[in-house]
Amino acid sequence: MRRNPRDLTRYTPGQRATHWVVGISFILLGMSGLAFFHPAFYPFTMLFGGGTWARILHPIFGVLMGLAFILMVIRFTKHNLMSRVDWQWIGRIGEMVNGNDEGMPEQGKYNGGQKLLFWLLLLGMLLLIPSGIVLWRAYFDFPVEWVRWAAVVHSATAVVMICLIFVHVYAAIWVTGTIRAMWYGTVTRAWAKQHHRDWYRQVTRD
Amino acid sequence: MALQSLDIERRSATTTPVPGVRTPLEVAKLIDVTTCIGCKACQVSCSEWNDIRAPVGSNIGVYDNPIDLSPQAWTVMRYAEVEEGGRLQWLIRKDGCMHCADPGCVLSCPAPDAIVQFKNGIVDFHQEHCTGCGYCLTGCPFNIPRLSEEDGKVYKCSLCSDRVAVGQEPSCVKTCPTGALRFGSKEDMQVIAAERIANLQQRGFANAGLYDPPGVGGTHVMYVLHHADRPELYGLPQDPAISPLVELWKGLAKPLAIATMALVGFASLFHYVTKGPNAVSKEIEKEEEAA
Repeated sequence: MRRNPRDLTRYTPGQRATHWVVGISFILLGMSGLAFFHPAFYPFTMLFGGGTWARILHPIFGVLMGLAFILMVIRFTKHNLMSRVDWQWIGRIGEMVNGNDEGMPEQGKYNGGQKLLFWLLLLGMLLLIPSGIVLWRAYFDFPVEWVRWAAVVHSATAVVMICLIFVHVYAAIWVTGTIRAMWYGTVTRAWAKQHHRDWYRQVTRD
Repeated sequence: MALQSLDIERRSATTTPVPGVRTPLEVAKLIDVTTCIGCKACQVSCSEWNDIRAPVGSNIGVYDNPIDLSPQAWTVMRYAEVEEGGRLQWLIRKDGCMHCADPGCVLSCPAPDAIVQFKNGIVDFHQEHCTGCGYCLTGCPFNIPRLSEEDGKVYKCSLCSDRVAVGQEPSCVKTCPTGALRFGSKEDMQVIAAERIANLQQRGFANAGLYDPPGVGGTHVMYVLHHADRPELYGLPQDPAISPLVELWKGLAKPLAIATMALVGFASLFHYVTKGPNAVSKEIEKEEEAA
């Protein structure tokens, strides 16, 4: 099936699949986790077959997300190394948010904001995974003071990550023509030229 | 409520008021450590009445047996050998849930109604609502609840809420042969304790006193101790309180987190509504079409 042969490939099927595994497990983790964080969200446990099932499944989703996230880190770290231009871009994020992106510094495959998100999510995972293991009472029994710290770290990190993912998803909705990169992997040339001109140049050089 | 005697004061993971037309009497169990002989009749009666049988363990050279609380052992005697004033003292304490007025388990529990505090002061676990997350273990300042590996539910002393509901004392109190265990209104127990403490002080235990720690709002299981100035001799915490980490996690963090997530969510929505989509400019599209 050929849609538009001039479209640019942004993600391979493997990269998309990994991202969807992370994304779906994140949503399941977020809902089951919030259920245990605040009674207002406790009804979310019904989506998992009740409170006990939510408790059993949450850490298993966590392991799944952790493994898929490691694959993403291996694949994407090299694209997310911050350069001076990225910091300049972040310094002028106000213009971007305001809808005036004409004067923004030219960006490679990822802009400064996306790269910063990558590193913040990585930091989040590095806090979430060990604290989650400490909280996993079914299989582990750590000193109670550790568990208390883990509860605070795990929930605070999770809330920050949920906010980051809200921004991540919203940015994809806001920038028209972006979400298709996660569905079927391609973007239009015009999209690339407008949002990632440096990347556009690299991939259209020949 | 099915039984007026089990009116509820607090429910886990519930933010709206509990039924409050009545204010029944607060009860308490008084454990007089100074008259306890360590016979373990209370352990046996607890096992009998609640129909729980801890697996037979092994003797490790001390009287403590079972060695610790478990899902099937809701009360255990703890024996401490302490040298006081050149004399060996054998301090024997019946350990179990303290039934705090301000219970860390109820605060921590995320499952509605899995833990309730009755208006009479008893803190009771309703295992049918328990998810097995173990947060109550994290919240408890006394290290009491035990998570069962068999059914993934948490168990602890219920202060025989079923007996108390029908006007009986807990089974351990019923069984105690020396009168070291007493049960009644908290006020009455404080009076009995005060008399006993005055007696002990006259007999040379200058620091005898009541253990009813204010850090957890007082407890509905109280101890008369010969050395109330040093409860740690008996394995009791000096100033028990819910950990500040648990207070943060189950207190400020909750509204703060919801506010932050709502703010980010609504800010995104209204950003779209005010600014519209970030679409590719017509100019660039034309350039690309021409290419």
